[in-house]
Amino acid sequence: MFDLTGKTALVTGATGGIGGAIARALHRQGATVAVSGTKADRLEALKAELGERVHVLPCNLADRAEVEKLVPAAEAAMGQLDILVNNAGLTRDNLFMRMKDAEWDDVIAVDLTAAFVLARSAVKGMMRRRFGRIVSITSVVGVSGNPGQGNYAAAKAGMIGMSKALAQEVASRGITVNCVAPGFIQTAMTDVLNEKQRETVLSRVPAGRLGTSEEIAAAVVYLASDQAAYTTGQTLHVNGGMVMI
Amino acid sequence: MSDIGERVKKIVVEHLGVEPDKVTESASFIDDLGADSLDTVELVMAFEEEFGCEIPDDAAETILTVGDAVKFLEKNAKS
Repeated sequence: MFDLTGKTALVTGATGGIGGAIARALHRQGATVAVSGTKADRLEALKAELGERVHVLPCNLADRAEVEKLVPAAEAAMGQLDILVNNAGLTRDNLFMRMKDAEWDDVIAVDLTAAFVLARSAVKGMMRRRFGRIVSITSVVGVSGNPGQGNYAAAKAGMIGMSKALAQEVASRGITVNCVAPGFIQTAMTDVLNEKQRETVLSRVPAGRLGTSEEIAAAVVYLASDQAAYTTGQTLHVNGGMVMI
Repeated sequence: MSDIGERVKKIVVEHLGVEPDKVTESASFIDDLGADSLDTVELVMAFEEEFGCEIPDDAAETILTVGDAVKFLEKNAKS
């Protein structure tokens, strides 16, 4: 089950905790993986760790011209692109009334617009081959909202709507488009919480603990697999029961 | 039909699964040949591949019939 031997995947934000786990999991299932991010040295370290079937493609997703080149670069490196994982994201939290235009624009550009450009670019080759998997990492916040994250919530909700629209357009071509929505996951983003904040967060999670990056990666592996061919336009919530939709 | 015309016809027949004699110069991809909007995008991609040229979006929007495609490609085909 969930064998990805012979498949090729591009993972953005592969230097982060969740992105790295996704790249490792896809690779473990047999896929050839192109890892992207802004920190070339960390991508090289990931490549060194995984060995063969890994390509390093540094890219700054805030730079539209660079984003346009990423899928063609992945296709050139691996021959074709079967699986696109839009994982990269950043936060610029601020209370709504204090939020700067730049804070809004930065988050929309990287978390939403880059995902659009990459999906538009990837879907061409996927249509030709009658196979493709696009998985975007959204957030529970895109569905539930969160104070201080108007920009992030908008981008993540946008990702869900965008995926549903694209899913309907290309379903007949063997391409599925889905989202995975993590809740609170143990990463650098949540390591900054102090004990009290941590307690408050956990009081909202029926599972009573933070999730792991591997638990997000497992959901991506499923959606990328042949077995998920009939699952499209969906958002898979992996949040320990924090929000049930 | 010209050589380009024959190659266009072959792509259309294969892609849309229609009878060859229905693929006339005046046949509209959508109205006569049963293509949906995504099929027309795919046909443009197939033409680009076959004829080694780029068909910009604004040109693609004017290609509504088999004849439109042939006319465009007679001017722009590179292979």
